[in-house]
This record gives sequence, structure tokens and C-alpha cells, in this order.
Amino acid sequence: MSASTSPRTRLRRGRLFRAIPTAWRTPLAMVGAIIALAWIVIALIAPWAAPHDPLAQQLPRLTAPGDASVLGTDQVGRDVFSRLLTGARVTMPLALLMVVSATVLGTLIGSIAGFVGGWVDETLMRLTDLIMAFPTVILAMIIAASLGPSLLNAVIAGIVVSWPQYARVVRSLVLSLRTQNFVIAGRLLGYSPWRSLRSDILPNVAGPVLVLASLDIGTAILLLTGLSFLGLGAQPPAAEWGSMISGAMSHIDAWWLGVFPGLAILTVVMAFNFIGDSLRDALDPLSSAEREGAAGGTEHEEPAAVENPTTEEGR
Amino acid sequence: MTATTTSQKPARLWQRWPLLGYILRRLGTSVLLMLGVTMVTFVLTALVPGDPVAAALGEGAASNPATVAAYVEEHGLDKSIPERYLIYLAALLQGDLGTSIKTGRPVATELATAVPATVEIALCAIVVSLAVGLALGTIAAHHRGRATDQVLRVVSLLGLSVPTFWLAIMAYHTFFLRLGVAPGAGRLDPTFTPPPTVTGLYTVDFILGGDPVGFFDALAHLALPVLVLSLFTIGLLTRFIRAAVLEVLDTDYIRAARAKGLPRRRVIGAYVLRGASLPILTVVGVAFGVLLSGTVLVEAVFAWPGLGTYAFNSAINLDLPGVMGVGLVVGVIYLVINFAVDLLYGVLDPRVRLA
Repeated sequence: MSASTSPRTRLRRGRLFRAIPTAWRTPLAMVGAIIALAWIVIALIAPWAAPHDPLAQQLPRLTAPGDASVLGTDQVGRDVFSRLLTGARVTMPLALLMVVSATVLGTLIGSIAGFVGGWVDETLMRLTDLIMAFPTVILAMIIAASLGPSLLNAVIAGIVVSWPQYARVVRSLVLSLRTQNFVIAGRLLGYSPWRSLRSDILPNVAGPVLVLASLDIGTAILLLTGLSFLGLGAQPPAAEWGSMISGAMSHIDAWWLGVFPGLAILTVVMAFNFIGDSLRDALDPLSSAEREGAAGGTEHEEPAAVENPTTEEGR
Repeated sequence: MTATTTSQKPARLWQRWPLLGYILRRLGTSVLLMLGVTMVTFVLTALVPGDPVAAALGEGAASNPATVAAYVEEHGLDKSIPERYLIYLAALLQGDLGTSIKTGRPVATELATAVPATVEIALCAIVVSLAVGLALGTIAAHHRGRATDQVLRVVSLLGLSVPTFWLAIMAYHTFFLRLGVAPGAGRLDPTFTPPPTVTGLYTVDFILGGDPVGFFDALAHLALPVLVLSLFTIGLLTRFIRAAVLEVLDTDYIRAARAKGLPRRRVIGAYVLRGASLPILTVVGVAFGVLLSGTVLVEAVFAWPGLGTYAFNSAINLDLPGVMGVGLVVGVIYLVINFAVDLLYGVLDPRVRLA
């Protein structure tokens, strides 16, 4: 076992595609996937499923959950249930946009830094140091405040604070891959740096980056709703979970105003964390080897030397 | 022997004391990063969309050309960006963080009382998180793959998924308004007078002042915000400490210690946790950053007069000097913590000093 773990970077790509079905079979990932899927469906059908206009102030104010409205009404007579459903359309796509942008930007910068090296590497890495010198929410807060309060600016602030972690991981992977024999062989065959990066290096970076990204979706949702809670994201009267909780602070006796949007955030974030954590577990060479062993070796671990990404590329 | 020593150059100071050299190098990095932090806050302040003069003075005063000219002159807004940065830096060195638009008072004065309040809450939270995280992480690692491990995994992932600001409101509502078991908002009951300021941490100051009743009241007020704040970091620390302990459990020296028949408690205390101390230290540093972020979202709910409440009020009112002041102060606090973590690395692991 110890022989196959040292060149494990070469195995990553193969691992990723084998890991997804493995991760899926665990109950934790299954629960996460079901909840996440449910919320995605809610986000899609919200305009038709919501019993009332989420912005219309036409119901009696501050009525408790009951027959008239399932989850009660807020301080200006809007239907909490309708606002909750509509909120799914706001937070989830933006969180996804934030994570995808940060992943692409971070992977790009990290691979440039690792591949080019020299002063380019030095400059880019000092930039990540600088951003990581702040606690993330604090930096996102000051960026969002200076750009002006809006959801889009909150997303931009989120991207700025979260790309460095991807850049760091990708850079260190690229650095270790650069000296691997199959990459050197590619260069000797006359690959341009770009082709080497694209066909030999980036496929092997995909696994860890995907795990990081899947774990980051929950963080992104917490960040965006947190900024909205601070008044730096969604602006009233938008139906957004963080600002709904913020509004509930001044009506603390109307418990239904705060409880439900919070539960919505909790379940969504939890679902993505369950999925991300299971994926990480399945990709981790130690734990997946153990699971394969425990399952009676259903999935045979090939020796590292045999599974060579250069042959996988099929050229 | 003598020939070789005389032929060598006399050893430099940091060659004789590697730890000193390590400290100096780290200190240099921290100072550079601190400059970087000021650059970030400066750029964000300077690039404010809209008219900074009108924003700072308010509509009324901004219509008076003399006032505007005086403001531009005083803040050097007519100068080039590098010059303005130097002016900004000089002001910072004199403790001038700008003036709050909302209250009209210097931001530095307002933050001076807020910092100890937040430090107190963050220190308590890190102690609680580390104690619980160490216990749960070690237990999970020892029961790896079994039911206990699975339950702890779900619990820690739940901790990582709860929106802290929401949990704060729920806890305040349940334990104070409904059940009445927790004390109300703020750092002390209104019937108490704050202790004479020594450290600014009420609990410590009460002890120094010899007032046990005050100490317990301050402690009771700390409990709820600290527990709410700790939940996320407990989740974080449990996951990381589990992984770190697992890594160590798989080493030969642990097998040797067990084979030798050492009691389990001693193996964990003296060997496992010591071997895992570096990754644990790293994640404690990260957890501090998370806690400082968390205070911004939690303190306001409990009316805790710290950096978080100040940041919340500044953000809600779009008081940019206030927000930047918090960013700068928290950035510096976080740098100091990371510096301390780096130093501890050097102390715990001599190999790090040479890197």
C-alpha cells in the first residue's frame, strides 16, 4: 500500500471518476444529494409553487403560522412561505456562480504560478498571502462595503476572498506534477507548455479542486447570507434568507420570521457539506483504500506505475 | 580541530541561535504583511465609488465650497495616489483611523473599548472549541469507521453548516426571552458597574479587583455568545484533529508505544497529541480567523459592545471609515495571532526553524 501512495498525484484523475460512484453509495452523501435536489427543484418551481407574491404587502401583518398562511406573515404583511421559496432562487445560483468563478480564477492563477515560476510565481503568491492575511468574512465585508451594498457586489467580494485557496492548492499540485516523468516525457515529445498544462497537468489537478469546490458551496451560501444579514448583500424588499433573518431581529417575538429562513440556510449548507465531505473521503487515498479492503477488494487498486495518465490520454 | 574552526567565518548571531533568526525572519514577513493590510484598506477607501467628500461631510456641508476645500486640503485628496497613501499611513501611525460618519467621533477611540470586549469573547471561544474539539476529534479517530465516528462526523458537519447569526438569534430568544436561564444582552447586568480597567477583559479585571460576584456575572454574560460562536469552530477542529490524530496513530512509534504496554491515556497524551500538535496548531490559527469573522455576525445580536457590533452598525449605516477601521484592526490582530502560531511552530519543531 505504501508503494502506491507516493506517486498518488498521478492517480488523481482516475480516482476522481472512480470516487464519485463510491461516494454516492454512502448514506451521508445520499441524504445530502436528496436535500440538495429538493432545494434545486424548489428554486425551479418557486414562481408557480408560491401561494402569494413574495413582495406583495397585502396580508394581515405578523400573523402566526396557521391556516391563512403556512409559515405566517411578516411585519409588512408579506407571506413568509412564499418569500422562503423565492429565496432559494436568489442564494443558490449566486453561491454557485461565486464558487465556479473562484475555482476558475484560482486554478488559472495557481497553474500559471506553478508552471511559470520565478517572479511571476513570487508576485502571485504574495498576493494570495495578502488576501489570506484577513479573516475571510471581514475582508468580504470591507470589499462589499466599499463597492456599495448589492448582491452582485457581495458575490464579487466573495470571489476575491476565495480564489487564493484554489490558487495555493493548484500551484503546489502543479509544482509536484511538473517533475513527474510522464509530464517530462510529454515535454520531450515536443508539447508546448500550454498543451502540457492542458493535457498532462490540469486533468490531474481536477480531483482535489473539485472536492475543495464542493465543500466551498456551503461556505459561499453562509458568506452571501451573512453579508445580506449585515445589509451588504440583498437589499429590501428582496426575498433573501439572510436579510429576512436581519429583519426578524427587530421583531424577536414573531419567532416564525427568523426560524424558517435559518432552517432553509442550514439544510442547504448541510446538504452540500455532506456531499463535499463524502467526496473528499472517497478521494482520500487512505480511507478509500481502507473501504475497498473492507468491501472485499471489489475495486482493485492498480499499482501506480501501470496507471499512467499519458496512456489514458490515448495518443 | 582548531584548524577547521579558525578557517571558518565567525558564526553569525542567527547561526548560533537558529530560533532567533527564525523569529526575525517571521517578524519581517509580518511587518510586510501589515503594510500590505494597510494598502488593502487604503485602496478600498480611495476607490469608493461616488464622492468621498460628500460621503464624509454629508449633503449639507458638501454644498459649502469652503468646507469642501478645507476637507480636501486636510485629507490631501488633491494629491497623487502614492502621496495620499503616505499621508494615510502617517495618520495610521499616529493612531488616526478616520472619523466615524455616524457618530462624528474618531474611529480609533471607539474601537479602543471594543477590542478588549472581542478579545475576551474570542479567547473564551477558542479555549472552549479547542477543549471540545480535542476530545471529540480524538474519540472519533479512535473509533474510526464505527458508529461513534459516524455520529461525530454528522455533528461536526452540522456545526459547520449552521448560520452563526441565525443561531445567535435563536439562542437569545430561547434561553433569555423564553426560558430566562441566560442573562440578557451586554457584558454585565445593568446593576453592576464595570471593574476598574486593567486588561479590559471584564472577567480578568473582576478577579484582579477581588470581586467574585462581578466575575460570575461577567462569565454568565459570556456563556451564550461564546457557545454560539464556538459551534462552527468545534466542527472545524473536530474534523481536522480527527484527521491529524489518525495520521499519527498509523505511525510505528505509536505501535511501539502500544506494544510496550503503555496505558492508552499515556499513549494519547504523551505521544499522539504531541505528534499531531503541528497540524492542530495550524487549524487553531485558522479557527481564530473564523472566530473573528464570526464575532461580526454574533455580537450585534447579544448587544456585546465589541468589534463585531461596531462592524455591524457601521455596515448597516454604510459608515465606511468605521468598516475600514474594523478591517484594519482585525487584520492586525489576525497577523499577530499567525505570528504567534509561527513562533510556536519553531518552538515545537526545530526543523521548521531552518526552513
